[in-house]
Formats: sequence, structure tokens, C-alpha cells
Amino acid sequence: MRRLVADLHVADRVRAAFTVEPGEVLAVIGPNGAGKSSLLHALAGLVDVDGTAHLGGTDLLAVPVRERRVGLVFQGQLLFPHLTALDNVAFGRRARGEDRRAAEAVARDWLERFGISDLADRKPHELSGGQAQRVAIARSLATDPDVLLLDEPFTGLDVSVQVALRIELGRHLRDFPGIALLVTHDAIDALTLADRVLVLDDGRVAQVGPPAEVAAEPRTAHVARLVGLNLVPQGGELISFTPDAVTVSLSEPEGSSRLRWHGPIATLAPHGDAVRLLVHASPDLLADVTPAAATELELVPGREVWLSAKATAVSRYGARDTGR
Amino acid sequence: MKDRLGRPPALLMVPAALAALLLLVPPVAMVASTSWSQLPEHLTSRVALDALRLSLVTSTVAIVFCLVLGLPLAWLLARVDFRGRGALRALVTVPLVLPPVVAGVALRSAFGRTGLVGEPLLAWTGFAFPFTTYGVVLAHVFVSMPFVVIAIEGALRSADPRYDDAAATLGATRWTTFRRVTVPLALPGVVAGTVLGWARSLGEFGATITFNGNYPGTTQTMPTLIYVTRQADQDAALSLSLVMLVVSIGVLVALRDHWLGTP
Repeated sequence: MRRLVADLHVADRVRAAFTVEPGEVLAVIGPNGAGKSSLLHALAGLVDVDGTAHLGGTDLLAVPVRERRVGLVFQGQLLFPHLTALDNVAFGRRARGEDRRAAEAVARDWLERFGISDLADRKPHELSGGQAQRVAIARSLATDPDVLLLDEPFTGLDVSVQVALRIELGRHLRDFPGIALLVTHDAIDALTLADRVLVLDDGRVAQVGPPAEVAAEPRTAHVARLVGLNLVPQGGELISFTPDAVTVSLSEPEGSSRLRWHGPIATLAPHGDAVRLLVHASPDLLADVTPAAATELELVPGREVWLSAKATAVSRYGARDTGR
Repeated sequence: MKDRLGRPPALLMVPAALAALLLLVPPVAMVASTSWSQLPEHLTSRVALDALRLSLVTSTVAIVFCLVLGLPLAWLLARVDFRGRGALRALVTVPLVLPPVVAGVALRSAFGRTGLVGEPLLAWTGFAFPFTTYGVVLAHVFVSMPFVVIAIEGALRSADPRYDDAAATLGATRWTTFRRVTVPLALPGVVAGTVLGWARSLGEFGATITFNGNYPGTTQTMPTLIYVTRQADQDAALSLSLVMLVVSIGVLVALRDHWLGTP
């Protein structure tokens, strides 16, 4: 198998260089507008792009879309509405010249693997969201792509359906010998499905690494928020800490070993057993307090509070590799 | 029905009623003045049957040409980005607004015996379009094609082009995508455009008579027959017109899902 070495530039959207090993799943995360979908569409050949994307010795960008062997699972599935689930899954193989019987046999096999062979004769509008997404993934995998691109595969699905499909997809991705890129805005997708995570921020690569490392030492505010950490730039470094490491007080806290911030409460919401505050300090910070403390301190939106954290309770790491 | 927004103003209701009457009264009057006792005789006359047969045959052949040539043109306008696309679309609509008589004159200039294309065609093959059934078909194609192209292009445009993207990533050529995705998705619009073009073709009068004259059996279609019959026999013209009215309403019924289906 071959590795993918890409250096892509989509005008006004994204500029990113990255490498994916065979059999590896790379999650691409970042806020809306960071260029995640543009990156996938560039690899699939659906948007104008400069650069290269070498898969082994071939530059994919020089290959016509239909010959690229890059399967794209679209956001919103885009199942052909006039074809049955079976015909949708068989479409790619038939389009590549396989005869109907052989293509349908492969399609049936894929529906079987996704546990939806009983839905073979249904049209897309007769499928639930989760079923349609399974058909869409099967449709891409049935063409035996070298590269599988998944664009927000769980968006718009019920939470329980997401959980089941995530487990299922994880199994298929482990069996998939090619290269997989998964665009998601959900930290749990990245943590459970990916071998590595690529963080896009404002069209640039902000961080690349194993999921656990990215989650522990996020370099962008977006990822910090996804994993529920506070992230504060300080000097040339970043410090991150959990909301429950923050102490809330009404007057400026004593003690020189504490880091401190000041600002009005933006929102309060129950979070597990605690109450989670979002405080408009610079930057915005999360703090967890007990319901008793919230009552005692009369915490309401708009109230000015002091936040502090022990210097020993934060992790401190370099802000390098930000791609800026 | 309750008008939550208030009573519709007379300033709008009166012209609306007049418009409806203006459109309804003539066909109703036509039906009312038809001589029903003579109807079978009028409709089974040799001349009438010939004209009806010719109209149906030429319109149907014409619409097949419109579809075979017009569907690819509509696809080109809707799906392929090229220089001059806007200009081409504008030119395609010209026959729509051209007075049919002028269309006939234009066809003469192109395909007449001394026309730009007609003269070399005659020299090489000995064949000329004017005053033949082929000429009738040609005139029908010329006036109906814009309807077909514009209607189908609209249908193709409203079909999500991302389905074409999906088909391409699955390995489909543009021809396969056209055949298996684009056209099936736009099929209701394609059918509507075809029926519309067929109806336009069936009613075609000006271009046909200008280009081909009015010879029973070869170029005399229903509209031209009605026109010449009316000068001699008003009742017979009414009977023939009734046939056309029935066909027109048939087209409307066929299209009801597209036009009348919306509340």
C-alpha cells in the first residue's frame, strides 16, 4: 500500500500539507469555515486546487475525478433519490463497467456487512438518517477506493444512532486497507476513530498528532473547547487546565502562586453535578463550581467575578507548530 | 375560506375577474356554437382525417427531433461552463419571441430552394424542404425546440448538480452520469417540456404555411385546414377547432401535476 503525501491550496479556503500512512485514519477537525470540507473536496477533485497529492508515485490532482479511486461520503449523503439502496451501492461498480449481476452481488455483500440487506429495495426517502448514512458509506466502499473521505458522517443523526454508527464505522475503518480522512466537529469522533488528528484553524494546519496528545495539549481555542479545557496563551507558551481546577471568588484572590483573571459571567448551566460558568475574561474561560457555592456567591449572568487557578494545576507547553 | 389579511380589494378583484372571463368565454362560445349534428360528418371527411393524421405525425416526429437534439443542448446550457453560454441561451430563445410568419420567412432564407443551406442541399441531393411533409416537420422543430430546451434546462438546473459530483467520484463518465443520474432526476421537467413542445408543434400555423404552403395530404395540418375551411364553411371550422380544443385540454390534464398541482 502507498502513503498519501499532500500539499493542497484551495484559494481563499485552505492551505495544508500533511501525510497519511496506508491503513491510517486521519481526523480533520476545526471550526466552521476552517476549510475542512474544502480539503476533502480538493482531494476528491470537486474544487479547483493548487499543489500536489501524491499517492505512491501518482499525483491524484492530475487524475480525472472519475479515475481517482477517491471515495467521498458527502455531508447529507447525496444518495441518488431515484435508485434503490442496492442500486446506489452498485452504481460505482456498474459505472466502471462491471455487469449488473456482479455489481449487485458486491453491493448486496456491502449492505450485508452494514446489517441493512433487508433495505436493499428501499428508495432513499424510505430510509432513516442512520440507514441512509450506512448506504452512503457502503456506496463509497463498494468501489474499493484507495482513499476514503468522510465529510461529517454523523451530522444530523440522533445521538443514539450516532453512537451505534460510530462503533460500526470504527470496525469498517479498521478493516479498510486504504487511507481514510474523516472530517468532524465532534471531539469524540476524533478520539475514537482516528489514528491521528489534524487541526485546521482559519485555513491552516494548527496541530497534528495522536488524538490523546491533541486532546491533552490543544493548541487552538476550538479544540480546547471541544475537549472542555481552558486554553490561555501566556508569553510564548500555552497553558491549559480543566474547568474544575478554577476557583471562583468575588474579590481578588490572595497568593502569588495563583494565576488570576477577571470578568463578567456570560452564562451558567448545569454540568454533571456542578454548575459550569462561562466567563468573559480575556480569553473566555470555563469554571465549574458546586451548586451550593453558586447560590452562596449569588452567581448570575453579568456578575463580575475573579477566577484563579493554582500554577501547579495547569499544564504548560510550547505554542509552536501552530503553522502561523 | 377565511381571509385573515382582510377582504381582497376590488381594485384587484375586478381586473382578475375580467382576465378570467376573457380567457374562458371564447373557448366556451366555440363549444356552444358547434353544430353537434354535423360534427361526425365534418370530422370524418377525407380532408379532415388527412389533416389530423398529418398534424399528429409531423408533431410527433418533430418532438422526437426536439428531444434528441434539444435535451443535449439543454444539458450543455445547464451543466457545462463555457464562454458564450449566456449568449447561446439568449439566441436559443429567439424563435420563442419571433412572429411565426417571420420564422417561416427565416426558414425560407435558410432551407428554401435558393436558401443558404437549401441551395447546396438541392444541388447535391436533389431534395428541397419547402412544400413537403419534411418541411412541415422542420418548421415544427424550429418553433418547438426553444420550448423544449428552455423547459428542460430549467428542470436540469433545479436538479442538484452535486449528484453529478457524487456520480463522478464513484467513477461514472459524464455520459453515464447524464443517462443514469441527471436525466432521471429531471424527468418530470423533461416530460413537461416535451409535452409542451408537442402542443406548440400541433398548433403551429404561421411558420408552416409560410414555409410549406397548404397542400392537402402533404403540408396541410389541422391549423391550416381550419384557417382555409373557415372562409367557406364556418360550421366545419368549428368542428375541427373542437378537436384541437380537446387535444389542448388533454395536454393540460397530462401536465396537471406540474402546473395545476400547486395550490
